[in-house]
Amino acid sequence: MAYMKDDQRKKLAVDVTRNSKGATKYILITISVLFVFFMLILPLFSVIVNSLKEGLGFYLEAISTEYVLAALGVTILATVITVIVNTFFGIVASWALTKFTFKGKQFIATLIDIPFSISPVIAGLAYIMTFGRSGWAKPVVDWINDMLGTDIKIVFAIPGVVLATIFVTFPFISRELIPVLNAQGTDEEEAAALMGAKGWTIFKRITFPHIKWALVYGVILCTARALGEFGAVNALSKTRGETFTLPLEIDALYLAGSADSITASFAVSSILVIIAVIVLILRNIFEHKSKANREV
Amino acid sequence: MAKARKFRGGRVIPGFGLTFGITIAMLSILILIPLASVLFQSFRLSPSEFWGIISMPNVKHAFATSIGCAFIAAVINSIFGIMLAWVLVRYEFPCKRIMDGVIELPFCLPTAVAGITLSKMYSTKGEIGGPLFDWFGLRISYTHVGLVIALIFIGIPFVVRAIQPVLEKLDSQYEEAAYILGASRRKTFFKVIIPELRPALLTGFGLAFARGIGEYGSVIYISGNNEKEHTQVVSYIIMQKLNYLEYESATAIALIMLIISFILLLFINIIQIRQSRRTNNI
Repeated sequence: MAYMKDDQRKKLAVDVTRNSKGATKYILITISVLFVFFMLILPLFSVIVNSLKEGLGFYLEAISTEYVLAALGVTILATVITVIVNTFFGIVASWALTKFTFKGKQFIATLIDIPFSISPVIAGLAYIMTFGRSGWAKPVVDWINDMLGTDIKIVFAIPGVVLATIFVTFPFISRELIPVLNAQGTDEEEAAALMGAKGWTIFKRITFPHIKWALVYGVILCTARALGEFGAVNALSKTRGETFTLPLEIDALYLAGSADSITASFAVSSILVIIAVIVLILRNIFEHKSKANREV
Repeated sequence: MAKARKFRGGRVIPGFGLTFGITIAMLSILILIPLASVLFQSFRLSPSEFWGIISMPNVKHAFATSIGCAFIAAVINSIFGIMLAWVLVRYEFPCKRIMDGVIELPFCLPTAVAGITLSKMYSTKGEIGGPLFDWFGLRISYTHVGLVIALIFIGIPFVVRAIQPVLEKLDSQYEEAAYILGASRRKTFFKVIIPELRPALLTGFGLAFARGIGEYGSVIYISGNNEKEHTQVVSYIIMQKLNYLEYESATAIALIMLIISFILLLFINIIQIRQSRRTNNI
C-alpha cells in the first residue's frame, strides 16, 4: 500500500466503515456513551452532590478541620518526595534500558513493573516486614539512630508513608518514557557521542527535547496516583491527625458512619475529585503535545 | 545495529555503568528487598503451618472471591473495552475527545474516593441502586455484583488503552480486501480485526485482571466484607491480619498473591515481547 499515504488510507478505512448502514455505528456509540456516563461520569457528580448535601457552610467546615489540614500536609509532603524520587529513577532507568543493549533487559523492565500488578496492601506489608519490629532492617535503623542520636521511625511514621507511596507509583514515569525513547532510537545520541559530546550534554541537548512532554505527562500521572494512594499507606499509617493522608482521612470519616461524617468524607473526597479532573485535562493536553512531538 | 556495536566492542553512548547501577540500586532497595522480606518471613513458617493458614475457610473464600470477581470484571471489560476503543478510533461524534479523556478517570481518581462513591451510588438508597432496589428488588452494594462493578470501574482503562493504539495502527488493507471480497462487516470484524487485536486484548485483559485481584481501596466499601456471604477480598484479609498483628498469616497469604501476580506479569510480558517481534518483522 505504498501508493497511498497514511492518512489517506485511514480515511478509506473510515469510509469503508462509514458507508455501511449507520445503524451499527449509532448503536455502538450509544452503548459506549451510556457506559461512560453511568460508569465514569455519574460517580463524579455523585461525589459533588453528596459533599454539598448539608450546604456550603458545612462543606467548608468539613474540609478545614484540624485532621483534614494535617492530612493535607502529609499528603503533599509524601507526593512531592515521591515525584522527585520517581522522576529521577524514571529518567535514569529509561536511559539505561533504551540506549544500550544488554542481557536481561526485558527481565529488568518486568521487575520495574512489579508495583503495577501487586496489591498495594502487600507493598505496605513488605515495608512492615523489612523495617517493623520483626524486620531484618530494624537493627540497621536502630544502629543509625544510636550513631546519630536521632529517632527515625519508618513503620507507622511519615517515612513509611513516603516509602509506600514511592513503591506504588515507582514505574509510572519510566513507563511513559521507555516507549518514546525506543521509538526515537539511538542514532542521534551515537552521532553526538562520536562527535565528542559528554553524557550530560547528550541528554540535555538531544534526548530531553524528545521526552519533554512524555515526562510532563508521566509526572502528572505520578502526582495523581501519589495523592490518592490508599492501600499501601493504610497498612503503614495508624495515627489520625499525624500520619494520615487525605485518602485515609476520607476512610476514617466514612467509616465513622454518621450522616454528618459521611457527608464530610465526601467533602474531603471532592477536593481529590477536582484534582483528578484537572489532572485528566492536563494529561489530555500533554498527551496530544507528546504525540505531535513524536510524529515530527 | 546492536550487532555492529558489539563487534566494535564497548558502547558509543556514555553513561551505561552509572545509569544501570542507579537503576539496579533503586530497584533493589525500594522494591525487591522489601518484597524479598515477605518471602523470607513466610519461610519461617513450617509447611504445615503455612498450609494451615492458606486453607482456612475465610482465606480460601477470599481467594475464590478475588479471583472470580476479577475474572468476570476483566471479561466484561474486554467486551466493553473493544467497543469503546472501536468507537473512539473509527467513528466521529460530538464530545469524542471528552469521552477519550474520561476513560482514564479511574487512573487518576483515588481508589478510596471511587470506593465510597460507588458504594453509596449502588446502595439501596443511592442514585442507581435505589431505583434498582425499588423496582426490581435488586441489591448491588455489599454483594458480589457490587464488587464486580467496582472492578469494572478500575479495569476499563487498561483494556481500552491497550487496544486503542493497535487499532489506530491497524493496516486497513486486509479489512478493505475482506470487504471488497464480499465478507460481511461482522465477518470482517471477527475474522480479520479480532485476530489482529488479540495480543493487545490479552495484555489489557491481563493487566485488568491482575489489578482486580489485588484491588483494595475501591472494593472494600462496596463489597461489605461479609465473611458469611464470602464478600471479603484477599487484600482485605491481609489488612485485617495486619491490624490484628498476625504477621505470619499476612505474609503467607501475601506470598500466594505475589506468586499469582508474578505469573500474570510474566504472561503479559511474553505477549508483549511476541507482539513487538511481530510488528518489528513487518
